[in-house]
Order: sequence, then C-alpha cells, then structure tokens
Amino acid sequence: MIAHLPVLQVIVPLMAAPICLLLKRAQLVWLFSLITSGLAFLISILLLQQVMATGVISYELGGWQAPWGIEYRIDKLNAFLLLIISAISTIVLFAAQTSIEKEIPKSKHTLFYVLYLLSLTGMLGIVATGDAFNVFVFLEISSLSAYALIALGKDRRALWAAYQYLIMGTIGATFILIGIGLMYQMTGTLNMVDLSQRLPEVAQTRTVFAAFGFVIVGVCLKLALFPLHLWLPNSYAYAPSIVTAFFAATATKVAVYLLIRFTFSVFGVSFSFTTIPLQTLFMALGLVGIFVASTAAIYQKNIKLLFAYSSIAQIGYMIVGFSMATVTGLTATLLHMFNHALMKSAIFLALAAIVYRLGNVQLSSFHGLGRQMPLTMAAIVIGGLSLIGVPLTVGFVSKWYLLMAIIEQGWWPVAVLILLGSLLAVIYVWRIVEVAYFKEPLANQTPVKEAPLFFLIPIWILIIANIYFGIDTRLSVQVAQSAAMTLFGVTP
Amino acid sequence: MLMGLFNNWIVVVLMMIGLYIVIAHGNLIKKIVGLAIFQTSVFIFYISLAKIDGGTAPILSDNYTLYSNPLPHVLILTAIVVGIATTALGLALVVRIKEAYDSIEEEDIQRQDNLPQDNQVQDSQLLTKNETENKA
Repeated sequence: MIAHLPVLQVIVPLMAAPICLLLKRAQLVWLFSLITSGLAFLISILLLQQVMATGVISYELGGWQAPWGIEYRIDKLNAFLLLIISAISTIVLFAAQTSIEKEIPKSKHTLFYVLYLLSLTGMLGIVATGDAFNVFVFLEISSLSAYALIALGKDRRALWAAYQYLIMGTIGATFILIGIGLMYQMTGTLNMVDLSQRLPEVAQTRTVFAAFGFVIVGVCLKLALFPLHLWLPNSYAYAPSIVTAFFAATATKVAVYLLIRFTFSVFGVSFSFTTIPLQTLFMALGLVGIFVASTAAIYQKNIKLLFAYSSIAQIGYMIVGFSMATVTGLTATLLHMFNHALMKSAIFLALAAIVYRLGNVQLSSFHGLGRQMPLTMAAIVIGGLSLIGVPLTVGFVSKWYLLMAIIEQGWWPVAVLILLGSLLAVIYVWRIVEVAYFKEPLANQTPVKEAPLFFLIPIWILIIANIYFGIDTRLSVQVAQSAAMTLFGVTP
Repeated sequence: MLMGLFNNWIVVVLMMIGLYIVIAHGNLIKKIVGLAIFQTSVFIFYISLAKIDGGTAPILSDNYTLYSNPLPHVLILTAIVVGIATTALGLALVVRIKEAYDSIEEEDIQRQDNLPQDNQVQDSQLLTKNETENKA
C-alpha cells in the first residue's frame, strides 16, 4: 500500500469521478467528493513525510522500468505541491455544496463534482509524473474540465471567458506538445531524468533552443505571466465562486511548478539561465506584471475581478523570485506559492460567501457589510493584509525571503520596486475596507445575515493557517528551502 | 534540402495557417477550425518524426530489418483524442454562446458585454432578490 502511494495520489480522484455519476444524489456526491479529496490530502501528507525522511520516491507504472515506462517521481518539490493542491481542494470542497446551491442549477450539481474531481486529478497528475508527455495529457485533463467548470458560471460572460480560456489554453498546451516533440526528436526519450542527462550533449543545437522556447511560452500562457494573462481575469471573475477559490489557489501554481521543473530539472540551470537570457526577461516581465496588474486591480468595481488582477500581480512576485536563479530566490517563490494559495483561497471563499448572501460582488453592494457580515469581512481584511505582506501573516514571510534574495544579489532598485508594488496592494485592499466598514448601508439595500457555518469554518481554517504559518514558519520554510536546494543540486 | 524537409515545411505552413485563423477571424466557429488545423499540424510533425522511408511496423520477423518508431504514433493517438475533446467542448461552448448572446461574432459579443454592464449586474441582483423573497 505504502509503495503505491504515488500512483494512488492520482488514481483515487480519477476513479472517484465516474463513481460520482452513479451516486446521483447531490448531497451524497458532495460527501463522497469530500472524502475522496480528503483521502488525496492524507496521501500527500504521507508522501511528504516519506520524501523528507528518505528522499526521492520513484514509482514505475505497471512495473515498466523507468526510461521506457512512465515513471512517477516524487521529490520534495512535487510533494510540497501535492500537499498544497490537495489541502486547498479539500477545504474548498467543504463549502462547495452550500455555495453551488445558489449558483448552479440543481440538475448540474453531480456533474459539477465530476468535473471538479477530474480537474483535481489533472493537477495532481501534472505534479506527480516524471514523464514529459504524461504532463501534456494531465494538463489537458485539468484544462478541459476547467473550461467546463468556468462555463457553469451564472453570468453569460462566463461562457465567453471559458471560450477565450479554451483558445489560449489549447494554444499553450499545444506549444508544450511541440516542445516535447522537439526534445524527443533530439534525445529519443520522454522521461524527465533521462532528458536532463541527454539534453546537455545536444544543448547547442537550434532544435533544443526551439524546444525550450516552445515549452516556456506554452507554460507562461498557462501561468498567466504578463503579457499572456488576458484569459485569467474574466475566467476567475465569472466562474462559479467555488471554482474561482479552487483555481486561484492551485491552477497557476501548477503552471509555475511546470516552469520550475522544465527550467531547473529538465533543461538544467546552466542552459536555462546562462545560454539563454531568461533572467533579464523574466525579471522584467515579473516586475511589469506586478505594476500593471496591481494598477488594474485598483480600478475594478467587481471585487472578484479585483482579486483576479491581484493574482496576476502575485504571479509576478513568484516569477521575480524564480528569475534570480538562486537558492534563496527559489525558496521565496516556493514559499509564495504556498502562501498565496492560503490567502487567495481564503479571500475567494469569503467572496463566495458574500455572493451566497448578496448575489453579487460589486463594490457598491459592500456598503456597511463590515457590520452585517463581520466574520466574513474580517477574513477578507486579514487575507488582504496578507496580500500586502504585513508582519504576522504569511504574506510577510514570502516577501521577506524575496527581499533577502534580491539584496543578496545587490539589486536595490528591484527591492524598491517590490516594496512599491506592495503599496499598490494597500490601495486596492483599502478601497474594500473603506466601503465595507466606513460607509453606511444604502437605503435600498436589504440587510443580510452572516454567512452560514459551511462557509465560515473553511474560511477561518484558512485564515488561521494564514496567521499560523506567518508566525511559525518552520514547516513551510524548511520544506521550501530543501526543495530549492535539491533543485540546485546542493545537499542540504 | 527543400524536398528532404518536405514534411516539416508542410507542418510549419499548416501551423501558421491555423494560428492566423485563430487570431485574425472573428467568427467563433472559424476560430475553432483554426485551432484544429493548428493541432493537426503538430500531429503530422510527430508522425513524420518517427517514419523511416521503407520502414515497416515493428514486427519481429527475419524478413524485416527496418522499423519505424511506433512510440510517437501512439503518443499522437492520445493527442488526437485530446484534440477532438477540445474541439467538441469548444463547439459546445459556441452553441451556448449563441443562445446567450444571439451571435457568434467576437466583436458583437464584446460590444454586448461592454455596453449594458451596469444594467446586467442590477438584473442579476434583482433576480437573486426575487429568489430569496420567493423562498421566504
């Protein structure tokens, strides 16, 4: 049983998805999905423990030996990501039943959970696998279910957003496919470890450069790096709230993982950062992304759209950490992936609760909400403080490491820009606080009650995690640091 | 030189045609067609990657010594399935878009989205209010 954990991680939600169809009754399906996701969470904890204790786990699918068969390879980096994805998925699912009651027609509830579990499978699969082509297959599993989930949104703009995402996402995935094909052409292998050993021999050929270009552009489309982010804001804003909470916390993280995996493990640091000026390019795009997206966030009237833009800005921070190609920089990126997942899922769940009560998330309907829904609004405020990077929240920890990494390099102007970027976050979070706490409720507004417990429990679990991991950073920093060190080949 | 890379030329030409259609055309169905052409070009790329002139399928027999590599062909079988799923989902979305917007032209849809933005929000607000009232 223990030996099969890597494959069970992916197989359990995959098999559970069709079973949902047989169960039919929405309540039952919800409970079943929750248990499935919880099981995946449990497996990821066991995997992380095992990896931290004994090192890399290699699992041969169907008993076929590694370079020929498909290998699932769990090292510290994937184990960390698996934990983030399955944990967020479980917590978000807890609120799913209550939230979709108001947002999705009753007849589609069962299908919603099927899609949700398939999307979860795809993401876990991308992270767990050690085979380049397998990555593409799982990428498409998660993306196809994501398009359908987004299209379930109540507003008709959800359809248009899903369509745009489908076009952009497919182009991105196909680019990755072309890149993998070119790599296969040069090396004759698809296994990532095998690729990393064989690529240096042919590193100076134009084909490998082309492969690298295609893979990077494809992945950047998926992770919504500025200027390839156009699909993200509308998809997040008009998807059902629960879907947004799940995707905002996980989908882009998986793409960032792919970027790290391909640049560090497959192509190698020296190829990615010395042969090709990836550093300058990503540093610039990351910084521009932070400023453009944060500024756009300030002007949004739809709060879901506001936080969607803020997500793009946060991806900018991850990319800046990544572009430094140092252990500290990468640690900051990994930490921010973990921390951002915690804050964004908390914020979007709180917004889901507001949609449940109010029916929309326009800033104008937030008047006086601080008194009507005190616990939900408090969660948004703490999540917002975390986004800004106030001490005692997780946001501070990752910003701190990011600044340390930048100062290590001696790039003071970049450090100043990062701090200025945080100030922009202060502005957009303040706009919400101002309306919710310091404005009287409008006359024509019907007062609303606090959100139901099914929302409050998961929201506050996440908020407490936001504060807990902001104070006690041992677990997250230790895992992130040793994962980063392994990627650079430094023994911790 | 030119003939030796014949397949690659075709792949690149098809790829560019596909991408161009996706970017340049406003009709949603045409965009999906462009996307399909784009994906197909990648399939051809993979298939020609593995083909050797005169090579047969990998049959273990003394009569054959030259084999084509079957692996990329198998891979692309998977990718074709994915491609069909994408096209089907895309077309299904276009059907829903046509129902909701009464148009499948990109410009038309964007214009409809930009104009009545505030009204629409109020509508959905009203709707949910009605719903809650009904329940009460």
